[in-house]
Amino acid sequence: MSGESAEKPGTTSKGAKDAKPRTPAGGRAEPGADGGALAGPLLDADGLRVVFPGRHGAPAARAVDGVNLSIGAGEIVALVGESGCGKTTLARALLGLVRPTAGAVSFRGAPLSYGSRALRAYRRRVQLVLQDPSGSLNPRHTVYDAVAEGLRIHGSPGDERAAVASALSRAGLRPPERFFLRYPHELSGGQRQRVVIAGALVLDPQLIVADEPVASLDASVRGEILALLLRLRDQLGLSALVVTHDLGLAWNIADRVAVMYLGRIVEAGPVEQVLTAPRHPYTKALLSVLPESGTEPVVLTGEPPDPARIPGGCRFHARCQHLASGAAASAGVAAACRGTDLPVLPGTGTGVACHLTASRAATPAT
Amino acid sequence: MTLLDVRDLHVTYGTGAAAVPAVRGVDLTLAAGQKLGLAGESGCGKSTLALALLRLLPRPARVRGEILLDGEDVLTMSWGRLRAVRWAGASIVFQGAMHSLNAVHRVRDQIAEPILLHRLETSQAAARRRAEGLLEQVGLPAARGGAYPHELSGGQRQRVMIAMALACDPRLVVADEPTTALDVMIQAQILRLIERLVAEHGIGLLMISHDLAVLSDTCDRLAVMYAGRIVEEGPAQRVFTAAEHPYSGALAAAFPTVGRAADRRAPQGLPGDPPDPARLPGGCTFHPRCPVALETCAADEPRLREAGPGRRAACVHVDSVKEAR
Ligand SMILES: Nc1ncnc2c1ncn2[C@@H]1O[C@H](COP(=O)(O)OP(=O)(O)OP(=O)(O)O)[C@@H](O)[C@H]1O
Ligand SMILES: Nc1ncnc2c1ncn2[C@@H]1O[C@H](COP(=O)(O)OP(=O)(O)OP(=O)(O)O)[C@@H](O)[C@H]1O
Ligand code: SF4
Ligand code: SF4
Ligand SMILES: [Mg+2]
Ligand SMILES: [Mg+2]
Repeated sequence: MSGESAEKPGTTSKGAKDAKPRTPAGGRAEPGADGGALAGPLLDADGLRVVFPGRHGAPAARAVDGVNLSIGAGEIVALVGESGCGKTTLARALLGLVRPTAGAVSFRGAPLSYGSRALRAYRRRVQLVLQDPSGSLNPRHTVYDAVAEGLRIHGSPGDERAAVASALSRAGLRPPERFFLRYPHELSGGQRQRVVIAGALVLDPQLIVADEPVASLDASVRGEILALLLRLRDQLGLSALVVTHDLGLAWNIADRVAVMYLGRIVEAGPVEQVLTAPRHPYTKALLSVLPESGTEPVVLTGEPPDPARIPGGCRFHARCQHLASGAAASAGVAAACRGTDLPVLPGTGTGVACHLTASRAATPAT
Repeated sequence: MTLLDVRDLHVTYGTGAAAVPAVRGVDLTLAAGQKLGLAGESGCGKSTLALALLRLLPRPARVRGEILLDGEDVLTMSWGRLRAVRWAGASIVFQGAMHSLNAVHRVRDQIAEPILLHRLETSQAAARRRAEGLLEQVGLPAARGGAYPHELSGGQRQRVMIAMALACDPRLVVADEPTTALDVMIQAQILRLIERLVAEHGIGLLMISHDLAVLSDTCDRLAVMYAGRIVEEGPAQRVFTAAEHPYSGALAAAFPTVGRAADRRAPQGLPGDPPDPARLPGGCTFHPRCPVALETCAADEPRLREAGPGRRAACVHVDSVKEAR
């Protein structure tokens, strides 16, 4: 996983950066973990696109198709959306693991550079945590070696044993010495995931990108791991981007949520707002199928859509319940839904990419 | 007669010092047309129980008790009779099975196979037609029957597995984690599909999942397992929202409710890990993790007892709770 250079998704038409007026620090301005004051976001994606070329003449897949997303210091952002919408690809681009086709990622205000030294330094500060089972722990490595690996790769000076012990305790494996010589198969699922998190913490990162960190865990253990992420934020000011399709998880720990659909963020804002008063029809549908939702479930039919064939107009229009029901037509936006593209939402604050929502906001309800 | 009546079922893997008592005395009943959910943390014995119902456990597993399917004991029936019962009497959607479809056969032919085997149709062509009808029932166009498994998405493969389970019109369907690892929206599609098919065919459904929230939403009744035993059983919504057993309560609390203030920035876990079945704690197996354990809990294992109308729970507190009412 710790490849040194970013893989290129083929067509690297660099520099086609989207013209977007930069909103000066709409996000939280908090001191960075380095001690220096940080005026803008900690991590910022601007007009990001990742396109995978199609094989054998197939059309290219626009997995990430224009995304602005900012994560402030000490902020926990949840990125939600159905399978295949581009969450992992976006996360990998933010980590510098895949080079964007267009747009830019910047960390503490400076754009990423993709040289191997620069990337290595970057990945100390921004760590990836994957869900455990399929292979993020080597079955033949002890817990100690698994956690120390990052230190060795980065040639960190200092007391390795102390650093490993401290990371394990911060991840809730105490006393740490008791775990040093254990192998993954001697640990429970929750403990394995803590080891993975300890492996990220050992480098004292400022931001963790966690891709489905608890998807394979029992609910009981899951709560403990999420509580750990919250505690790390409260005690160490650690920021996190949590990638998931679990809206309950977002409710449990995130400050802000971004809802992704077919390569774009279609709604974003504070968790309370987006998850209790969703405005985008897609967010509404996602929430409606939760067991706890009081509303009639809107079960979208068909498979997740294909990033190689993104429809024109609103990219959700073929599945939109409001367009199907005629609500969009009564509001006079049906033609726009089918034919007029929506702008990319800003990376901070609140936003909804929907013609119907926009028209309702423009005409006050009677 | 109830469709399924399981009495004092025990399953042990291995022998001697290495013995793993995975199921330790389970009683269950399920009527035709009813949906029973079985929940519990990883390793508590859910899949072992499911496999035992159809005598599908690996050889070294020892099984004891009674499994009455329409009054007939699955554990004592002849192999010939068992072959007839599998598929037509009861069928199972295995955990993770969507990854184990045969890669080199078209999905339509894989569905047709049990149909031919059980002579529900005698010609290839008729069995294929029937398989295509089943695909349509699970929401896949008949034309997709020509696809190989790798050409289908996870949700589509899971639909194929369900079509296969229905191929011989079973009376009982056991679905082991049918939606785990599927996306929320696909999960909602599959659950709606299962609910519809169960209603249309009057099937008895045993649905296994570690997701209490999903089960309580889908099933009529819910049984919660811990360390090889059922520790609570009752109407699904009641068990989920007002558990009698501290373990089911903790498990339910671990599922956040979006919009509920108490869950906001407050993930609920259950400290400790499920016990290793080879080294079960004495007394109530839940006592090392139980927030309301009494001193006696380390010594006495409570049996399931009545805990209100249609409800059972295995906890010392259950009686005192009832007396207090
Ligand atoms: N290396 C690649 N080459 C071609 N297409 C790819 C590649 N990686 C991802 N894709 C496609 O890009 C889209 C987005 O994939 P991605 O893995 O980012 O989705 P996701 O939201 O993380 O999904 P999941 O929830 O299933 O993990 C998918 O349609 C996927 O098939
Ligand atoms: N073939 C086997 N030999 C020995 N032990 C086994 C075997 N199969 C399962 N076990 C053990 O029996 C116990 C119950 O396993 P089972 O698969 O029934 O659990 P489960 O509740 O289905 O878990 P999950 O939610 O992870 O699917 C576990 O401790 C498991 O390790
Ligand atoms: S823009 Fe139109 S089609 Fe798209 S989500 Fe809004 S109402 Fe639906
Ligand atoms: S019997 Fe005791 S230990 Fe077991 S669940 Fe009840 S209170 Fe807890
Ligand atoms: Mg992903
Ligand atoms: Mg299982």
